[in-house]
Amino acid sequence: MTVFIIRRLSQSLLVLFITSIIVFAGIYAIGNPVDILIAGDASPAEREQAIRALGLDRSLIEQYGTFIWNALHGDLGRSFVFNQPSIDLILNRMPATLELAFVALALSLVLGIPLGLWAGLKPGTAVDETVMTGSILGFSLPNFWQGMMLIMIFSVWLGWLPSTGRGEVGSLFGIRTSLATWSGVMHLILPALNLALFKISLVIRLTRSGVRETMPLDFVKFARAKGLSERRIVSVHVLKNIMIPIVTVVGVEFGSLIAFAIVTETIFAWPGMGKLLIDSIMRLDRPVVVAYLLVVVTLFIVINFVVDILYSLLDPRIRLGSAS
Amino acid sequence: MTAAILRRPASDTLLGRALNGLLKSPKATVAAVVLVLLLLAAAVGPWLAPQNPYDLMQISIMDARLPPGSESMDGGIYWLGTDGQGRDMLSAMIYGLRTSLAVGVVSGVIALGIGTALGLMAAYFGGRVDTLIMRLVDLMLGFPTILVALMLLATIGQGIGKVMFALVLVQWALFARAVRGAALVEKGKEYVEAAACLDLSRTRILFGHLLPNCLPPLIVIGTLQVANAISAEATLSFLGIGLPITEPSLGLLIANGYEVLMSGQYWISVYPGILLVLLVFSINIVGDRLREVLNPRLER
Repeated sequence: MTVFIIRRLSQSLLVLFITSIIVFAGIYAIGNPVDILIAGDASPAEREQAIRALGLDRSLIEQYGTFIWNALHGDLGRSFVFNQPSIDLILNRMPATLELAFVALALSLVLGIPLGLWAGLKPGTAVDETVMTGSILGFSLPNFWQGMMLIMIFSVWLGWLPSTGRGEVGSLFGIRTSLATWSGVMHLILPALNLALFKISLVIRLTRSGVRETMPLDFVKFARAKGLSERRIVSVHVLKNIMIPIVTVVGVEFGSLIAFAIVTETIFAWPGMGKLLIDSIMRLDRPVVVAYLLVVVTLFIVINFVVDILYSLLDPRIRLGSAS
Repeated sequence: MTAAILRRPASDTLLGRALNGLLKSPKATVAAVVLVLLLLAAAVGPWLAPQNPYDLMQISIMDARLPPGSESMDGGIYWLGTDGQGRDMLSAMIYGLRTSLAVGVVSGVIALGIGTALGLMAAYFGGRVDTLIMRLVDLMLGFPTILVALMLLATIGQGIGKVMFALVLVQWALFARAVRGAALVEKGKEYVEAAACLDLSRTRILFGHLLPNCLPPLIVIGTLQVANAISAEATLSFLGIGLPITEPSLGLLIANGYEVLMSGQYWISVYPGILLVLLVFSINIVGDRLREVLNPRLER
């Protein structure tokens, strides 16, 4: 197990290293770093001074060294717009994004698993057809348009739910969250649903194929022969067996929820780090873009690492397979 | 006589199987018909559209934001209303459909080409080549499409060529993985050995013998990826870092209507959106059916 963890850890560090080179190349080599790191309205003298201060007159290798050195010390540059360290800006916005992603993840499991079970237990019926076609529709709806339609229907026409922003934030078990206040929950419903819809479809399809593979197996026949009720067979024995692929896929998908939150946050004006990214791109606030990229890549590597470890704990075959 | 016996029935070819499978499912047949109609509409777009929405001589700012069914200054009817610049929505949508389809299909085909070549090489040569290519594939697939494309475009700027480059970059890995998987299975079969015994060149074995037998999974993934690419391009354009305003795709049209959605002028973003959903949905239904018919053991 230790060997496995060390192996995965070194792979993760390699990916982070490669990404840092790509980011560096993207910002410093392809684009003009002077334009990217120095505000556009600087005078020529200020530019000269900034070029020297940033070390842009030195060789690329030296510059990469400085970039990495600063990044390792948590210095990813200062935002032009807010005049604050960009890393602080991102870390301030991160809880809102994580909250949205967690709620969406919970929604996709709570809605997706029962629907997938329902379809998988009645293959070929009208229920199955409807649920499966619905899941293809869920894959096909462009996330941003679907969000606009949710706003149009539930905010503009029906007036049931607020369309933009985050409601009041309260404290629940020591965590600052919108789930603690009524206005917070109301503001959370539409964005979370919008973010979850794609994942609901994914969970439906995973559950259905899991059920279809598990139902003909011997242990299910044995459970039936033992006289267990169909309800117990499905809710205990079958469900337990299909949870492994669902847990792993959902774990990996958590990262993509954070990425897709960019779109949802933009539409619902949710004050998370995805909205900050789009705003920063529009305002040419490039240090924030660079910082976002590195923070998110790190987050991804951590998520993938944790999922790999979890997976090997759940399913010993993986661990043995890669260690040999 | 022998030739006639050896000739397989039409339903046994790849195309025959695909068509047969599609026609057996009413849902897939409807989707295929819708898709063909949309492709036709895109192909003959300039002749079909009531006006050229990007010819300033033909549009009138006086007609801006008219609801569907309104009469224009010169007597015509705007069936789906007009946008903020007084363009006929129906015409703008037909032109947008052309752009969306072109970007999706071209980037899908290029990604398919690159991915197939790399996947075949990985499977055929094995060893270090395989490890190198598959590490790269794992790295690419470890990050969500939209994030990679967004980051790339934020760095290199926007434009139709750059969007296509970004879409190719995020798609090739899926093709490479699928082709490698299929080719590894095929590689062990006797016909490959026979071809090698005939001393055929490597290129010929790779592209003449292995490739045709790896086609089923490629067709399925290719179909689904075109839908994904269209969706991704629309999202990027909506976020304002995709296509420039001079070549509006469906995503950009929807974005134009976003600001006025709250004031009840729904048609500017709703109708292009419906067209986009119709396009992506019908491609996905056809692709899903093809997977069932050709059964290339895809994971999803």
